[in-house]
Amino acid sequence: MSILVNRDTRVIVAGMTGREGTFHTQQMIDYGTKVVGGLTPGKGGTTHIGVPVFNSAHDAVRETGANAAIVFVPAPFAADSVLELEDAGVPFITLITEGVPTQDMVKVVNKIKARGKTQLLGGNCAGIITPGECKMGIMPGHIFTPGNVGMVSRSGTLTYEIVWELTRAGLGQTTCVGIGGDPVPGTRFVEVLRDFENDPATECVVMVGEIGGSDEEEGAEFIKSMTKPVVSFISGRTAPPGKRMGHAGAIISGTMGTPESKVNALLGAGAALADRTSDVAQLVKIALESRKALVR
Amino acid sequence: MKLHEYQSKDLLARFGVTVPGGDVTSDPAEAKAIADRYNGKVVVKAQVLMGGRGKAGGVKLFNDSSEAAAFTKELIGKRLISIQNPDGMIVEKVLIAEQIDIAEEYYVSVLLDRAAGNLVVMLSSEGGMEIEEVAEKTPEKIIRIPVDPAWGLEAFQVRAAVAESGINKIAQGQMVKMILQLVKAYQETDADLIEINPCALTPEGKLLAADAKVSIDENALFRYPEYASAMEDGADDPIEAEAAKLGIAYVRLGGDIGVIGNGAGLVMCSLDEVNAAGGRPANFLDVGGGAKAERVKTCVELVMKDPNVKGLLINIFGGITRGDEVAKGIMEALEQLKLTIPVVARVEGTAAEEALAILKTSSIVGATTMQEAAGKIVELAYK
Repeated sequence: MSILVNRDTRVIVAGMTGREGTFHTQQMIDYGTKVVGGLTPGKGGTTHIGVPVFNSAHDAVRETGANAAIVFVPAPFAADSVLELEDAGVPFITLITEGVPTQDMVKVVNKIKARGKTQLLGGNCAGIITPGECKMGIMPGHIFTPGNVGMVSRSGTLTYEIVWELTRAGLGQTTCVGIGGDPVPGTRFVEVLRDFENDPATECVVMVGEIGGSDEEEGAEFIKSMTKPVVSFISGRTAPPGKRMGHAGAIISGTMGTPESKVNALLGAGAALADRTSDVAQLVKIALESRKALVR
Repeated sequence: MKLHEYQSKDLLARFGVTVPGGDVTSDPAEAKAIADRYNGKVVVKAQVLMGGRGKAGGVKLFNDSSEAAAFTKELIGKRLISIQNPDGMIVEKVLIAEQIDIAEEYYVSVLLDRAAGNLVVMLSSEGGMEIEEVAEKTPEKIIRIPVDPAWGLEAFQVRAAVAESGINKIAQGQMVKMILQLVKAYQETDADLIEINPCALTPEGKLLAADAKVSIDENALFRYPEYASAMEDGADDPIEAEAAKLGIAYVRLGGDIGVIGNGAGLVMCSLDEVNAAGGRPANFLDVGGGAKAERVKTCVELVMKDPNVKGLLINIFGGITRGDEVAKGIMEALEQLKLTIPVVARVEGTAAEEALAILKTSSIVGATTMQEAAGKIVELAYK
């Protein structure tokens, strides 16, 4: 089992014929992801790297029966692309593009939520992977391995760092979800935590947060009600206030978004907190062992 | 991207917000002409994007045009230094604005409520001080008006909120109007913050934006080519300004260990590790995804523009970024800049082995984990 994507996920790639889109589509196909179509207005009817290209999301969904989409469309046009895919009835959309204007995201996220047909992941995220089944994102596939640890993170490379440690420690993953570093994300920690709590195959969850916003605090509120152990890590613990640290959302504004608030909320919720990335694997091992003892 | 006060006021005036009269200049003679329009009764304000501008001596009241002109001459080219900005900033322009008599001071802002994923208006009868201070001491004096994402803000909602806010009855109608104008300005200019503090009520009963802070969403700048140059002017720091030009995510942090990595989360984490090892990071720099040697070289050069840097830490977890490209870039930069400071590189992931083979031929110190790398650079740099 896994959450959100598996071997039956049929993926459309929006912006497939661009440089980034081409590279990552090939990588996804090589990983084993079922890429059923590409989307580039004006190039419908052609084939690109062996994948049929469509002019519109509606055409693509009708012809391929796709049930997911990944978006590489440049930032100025990304919001429109997501809304087109949603209108075509795609139930799960991952937005990889970085730099989408915040007010575009306010509109997209609220509209999608109000219509209630689709879940959006991202933007500015690394995507999602269910190891061995489906990679819908830009992460290097070889560092992941199937197992029973769920992972959710606001950062791409930090996910790779920690996953690599987990994999080398023999701790495989059910699904790894990148929710992205933007201030208004389509999916937040709490929604992914809920999915992992309900996924029978996930035995432990790793949550990687960073400074800015209050998503970690909301996540912590939910962790209180979870039966599965959560190991967390917060990045940017020494970042100065008022400075945007790369991610559009990684900024301490006044008293909002401080690492202390996040750390305290997570500890208060009973999550294990790793001080360093290199401690995560060990804490996951301990959590899994004590859970086994409890279940027994 | 923060706009200067004069730019902020110009922008808000376009949406009908009442602002004090005035103009911006860098020429004392012109300053005198502007001040003459208000019979010399003006305030001269240095246009620098830093906190503590008033305490740094960048704001002064005058009753005489010649004195205002003399102060303008004194300010232009001067470096203002405040607690918030110890490096200081050089004054290039001043705003000469009409002095207004203030009977009462309020606070109003429009910003993103991240938790709700939507806009919110904040209004308080307590203006003229930091809103954080009000939030701490008298949170009941801050009123929040959420903006409906689909339908926007209705006048009746604003009227109800303003009626409860405790601001003077004479000003309430004008405040409703101003809030609706501010929200429109926010949405139509892709702002990420509009703050009027103080929003002043004059003894004659006129409400106006005595000060204004507007910040524009950097991700939306492609819609506003007119701000392209403001982006560079607006950076807090010359290296940050150059990074913005090059499209590199760089933040100056004031320490002496240069830090370069790929991915914002990993770089933030590397900074934490440098701090944990007892070092002081000089900067945050994210090379971005899939960086080639040339880009890495540019990044090293950028970090080395900071004269305080006495050690360099490079931390790469290659996904789409190839380790060997990073290694080549570092080598080229070292050669060209003739760097003599210690450099520690940790390269993991895609093409890491090729990277290590390249780095082995140099004086660069290798490390297998981020923690080890941070420890080593701190040890070598502070030796």
